Amino acid sequence: MTSVTAPRFARTGSLLRVRELGIGVAIVVVFAVTTLTNHDFADANSVQQLLTGAALIALLGVGETMVVVTRNVDLSVGSVVGFSAYLVGDLFAHHPGTPVILGFVVGIAIGAAIGAINGIVTTVSRVPSLVVTLAMLYIIRGIDGMVVNGHTIDPDKIPTALTAVGYRTVIGIPWLAIIVAIVVAIAGYAMRAFRASRDLYAIGSNPDAAMLAGIPTGRRVFTAFTLSGALAGLAGVLFLALHAQIDVTGGTGYELTVISAVVVGGVAIFGGSGTVLGAALGAVLLNTINQALVAARISAFWDEAIAGALLLATIAFDRWLGLRVARRLRTAEGAHRDV
Amino acid sequence: MTSETANPVTRAPLPPDDATAERRSPLRALLRWESALVVVLVATLIFGSATSDHFLQVTNVFYIGLNMGEIAIMALPLMLIIMTAEIDLSVASMLGLSGAVLGALFGAGWSVWAAMGVSLLVGLAGGALNGLLVTRLGLPSIAVTIGTLALFRGLAEIVLAPRTVTGFPTSLTTIGAVPISGTEIAWSTLIFLVLAVVAGVILHATPLGRAIVATGLQPEAAQFSGIRVNRLKFWLFVVSGLLCSFAGILFTLKNASVSYDAGTGLELNVVAIVLFGGVSIFGGKGSVIGVVLSVVVVGCLQQVLTQLNVAPEIQNIVIGGLLLISVIIPNGREALRRIRARARRN
Amino acid sequence: MTTQPLLVLERATKSFGPVRALVDAEITLIPGEAHALVGENGAGKSTLVKILAGVHQPDSGRLLIDGEPTVFTGPAAAREAGVSIIYQEPTLFPDLTVAENIYIGRQPLRPGRRIDRSAMNTAAAELFARLGVRLDPDRQARGLSVADQQIVEIAKALSLNARVLVMDEPTAALTTVEVRQLFEVMRTLRAHGAAVLFISHRLEEVFASCQRVTIMRDGQFVRSAPIDEVTVDEIIRSMVGRELSTLFPKTPTEPGEVVLEVDGLGRDNVLRDIGFTVRKGEIVALAGLVGAGRSEVARAIFGIDRRTSGTVRLNGHDLPNGRPLAAMAAGIALVPEDRRQQGLVMELGIDRNLTLASLGRLRRFGLIRRRAERSLTREWAQRLQVKFGRITNAVATLSGGNQQKVVLGKWLARDPALLIIDEPTRGIDVGTKSEVHRILDGLVGNGMAVLMISSELPEVLGMADRVLVMHEGRITAEFDRADATEDAIMRAATGQAAEAAA
Repeated sequence: MTSVTAPRFARTGSLLRVRELGIGVAIVVVFAVTTLTNHDFADANSVQQLLTGAALIALLGVGETMVVVTRNVDLSVGSVVGFSAYLVGDLFAHHPGTPVILGFVVGIAIGAAIGAINGIVTTVSRVPSLVVTLAMLYIIRGIDGMVVNGHTIDPDKIPTALTAVGYRTVIGIPWLAIIVAIVVAIAGYAMRAFRASRDLYAIGSNPDAAMLAGIPTGRRVFTAFTLSGALAGLAGVLFLALHAQIDVTGGTGYELTVISAVVVGGVAIFGGSGTVLGAALGAVLLNTINQALVAARISAFWDEAIAGALLLATIAFDRWLGLRVARRLRTAEGAHRDV
Repeated sequence: MTSETANPVTRAPLPPDDATAERRSPLRALLRWESALVVVLVATLIFGSATSDHFLQVTNVFYIGLNMGEIAIMALPLMLIIMTAEIDLSVASMLGLSGAVLGALFGAGWSVWAAMGVSLLVGLAGGALNGLLVTRLGLPSIAVTIGTLALFRGLAEIVLAPRTVTGFPTSLTTIGAVPISGTEIAWSTLIFLVLAVVAGVILHATPLGRAIVATGLQPEAAQFSGIRVNRLKFWLFVVSGLLCSFAGILFTLKNASVSYDAGTGLELNVVAIVLFGGVSIFGGKGSVIGVVLSVVVVGCLQQVLTQLNVAPEIQNIVIGGLLLISVIIPNGREALRRIRARARRN
Repeated sequence: MTTQPLLVLERATKSFGPVRALVDAEITLIPGEAHALVGENGAGKSTLVKILAGVHQPDSGRLLIDGEPTVFTGPAAAREAGVSIIYQEPTLFPDLTVAENIYIGRQPLRPGRRIDRSAMNTAAAELFARLGVRLDPDRQARGLSVADQQIVEIAKALSLNARVLVMDEPTAALTTVEVRQLFEVMRTLRAHGAAVLFISHRLEEVFASCQRVTIMRDGQFVRSAPIDEVTVDEIIRSMVGRELSTLFPKTPTEPGEVVLEVDGLGRDNVLRDIGFTVRKGEIVALAGLVGAGRSEVARAIFGIDRRTSGTVRLNGHDLPNGRPLAAMAAGIALVPEDRRQQGLVMELGIDRNLTLASLGRLRRFGLIRRRAERSLTREWAQRLQVKFGRITNAVATLSGGNQQKVVLGKWLARDPALLIIDEPTRGIDVGTKSEVHRILDGLVGNGMAVLMISSELPEVLGMADRVLVMHEGRITAEFDRADATEDAIMRAATGQAAEAAA
């Protein structure tokens, strides 16, 4: 019973770290190359912009990661951002003097409620989450449209204490980025440190085995959706802080950007593996490329095409890597048997 | 947890492979779904005529056809893809890309026919890209087509933006503006109906259709029966790309102008229509008649709502609601049984 | 018997739709005793295991733990009661580490309910030390060999301090050394007062490791006895329920010219240098242990998997690599191992399944001729005596035996020159079993060539004209019908006679 020795990819931890390191290197390379062609790219203002731009997607990526590792997907996040942002903005507009903290609570609660609905429908009806959250995307957008009814909430209605979060910095780092970084750090730690969060990975890794191991699959998936919704609600409030105004288009199309970031960040689309940090770095990479195109005065029109191509390249690369490992194992096992 | 009775029977949910045994006779279930669609359709028509005197006019057939044409055409290949348990989310981006190519080339002085030809080739190539990534590399189609969704839309942006091209020959743009002479049927409606017949015959009466169904229900069994599962999927993606680029051309001619963001977000409408038509997201189950009915119901519903001056946002709610209902109902009975079983056990 | 039984299952029944998996099952497990459960495939052993695991609930009957009537509401409840299961197929989480796989849901904690990884890894390492294996607790489970996966499962059971350990054919994929180690573990557990339920097809293992044996047949309890009060022959007779000779209707045939010629066939390291022939009118059996590569040979010949070396010739013509359709056109039919996944589309009707491989022949102007389809399905359903309610009913509603007949009919409708049949009677009741054997006998009588893969030695001995034995991806022995014995085949299958047979 000699165990198969495969030290090269033995440790999960290091394997994941390799992925995150890879994205980190990619970010640095894009950044460096762009700076060479345009020196303004490295100045504080531009870097701040870069971080703020990535913050919301990174935040949504945290929640999306929790859902995707369970072999599900949440397409409703973009609509939740818009809805939460508008309702919170509306709250401030109609009740001037509402404490900012209450705005956060309301936004998060709205998101959590929608996430909980996603979770209940998915786990009880066993309808694929792709469909459930797609429908939810429509419904929330529709309700949003009714509520908004063509209005725009203007900057003067939004408390300066909130908008400050969008532009103030601490030792050069935007508040927004700090908040998101804290969330990423907490979530990243929690995803490693608690039994329930390990269950999420187990569910996505092998659903049948999870059932046999007695893991309360439904409850865990429900929680993941609720958290994803809550984070999307939080992102809505931060959206309001960042843009200082909100209309019906807020957050449109975010869902696909988030999924791109998550997948680029190394979260397996079929569940089981990936980290919150990876997803956040994925968001930063996408945004860095985005800004680099602007800085390099390449038409910003390339933006979306590159994001798509990057997503495709990432999943193709992951697949190729997986096949290679599998093939090597098959060969190794044959050799092992020969002894 | 202990029980006093000598015979502690607890009815467990059947394991999945046996559950299928119970919900046999897929044909009957299908018929029920389609009759439900007919009922919804009749209800919509009654509601529509009760609320608006203009609703039951023949010209509405034309408008509904005009509204739904491209979506309906894209729904057919997507339906076949979903039948094989894959998905194509890039359909609307391909529509946009095809229009953008057409516009850019036409704007650059090409003949409109040559530009259309290139658009269709782009559709072929895009579909082939999806197909290759899914079948050759074995990647999940949802991830691949989310990627190409962004890629195609991005390419459309590169090709065309920020321009808006107009000035297409009126002989062609009238295709979008007037019905087929002597009727109230839009050209796109006619094309859709012809394609629907073709799709129906293929799906329900040819070996190819059987292959699609078998692939969707049990890909391994299909492969062991000599069905070239990957080849089949590849060509379905190619056909999807082609028909979506064709829909892009129709869309351009209808609007007599083109911008890169044409049809943004339409993929969700198309998916919703296919699923509302009773096609199972798990593959293997569905009928072309169901999809056609779904198109008609959604088209009429939209028309009614529009005539009632209902905001497009609420129409979104309706579509989302339909989508949810259409996937929850088939699973509902089983879910209920499961919940009851759990309640009894506790 | 003075000691109180740990676990008793009485008069348990369980049906899945129309299929009655358990009719009257019974088992009594006593602390410190290893109890063997034997029976043919389809006897209901796995269903019984799933009931003990809390995965299925019995339709009737009762379960006693320490004399108390108990209902397992789910796997967690069974585990709570001290029942721990090692399945035939390991059920690991490939993305988690080995230690996490062992402790999922029960990870050791630090203050703040946080997982204590180092404590977890240490505990896992201790378990491995107890088992006498070297395995890195912190490595990912993905890529572990089947044997190592089984070790992780055993370690998991150990860590649960299981009072009842159920092992469903744990040795199928293990080598002799590994099996010996496993028995050692069983002994340790018994010494601590645990009861072990051991399910195996290898009777010598049963005799080597167990104190008591229960025999099941067709979902029914047959008998239970201390192991030293029964003989191998008695067990086999109780399992089969009749004398061997009456079971297999094989009539002697005179083999004709060569139909299939396989030469130097290889695939990565899974198959190596496979060469053999099958002639008209003969049944050639491929015997060997699970995982020896028998099904892989079938897949490579039929073209499901691409071969990396070698040639396959049918009636003198080379077959292209990796193209099932070409193999079918050349006259090969494959009745695969896994009926539910590979042989049939379970949700489609009997008629649709019967014609699935013959659609090309039913086509006119590209459309399927419904009338021709109907007559073809009628014909084959009748010829093979498939018992069904309506021909459009989903095959999922049929019993295992009738399902197998549908798969056979689907392929015989193509009138193949070579029939490859993988586990022809797995999970089939005894009556239908001999029907399938009669069908096979009739086919070779009419000149078909048959390559039969079977894990059931009586079937191999009873049906085959020649027996090829595989071990770890190679053919290690070949026997004529006259020379083939259970003992010789088992030796070759376990690699003990590799040199002698060459």
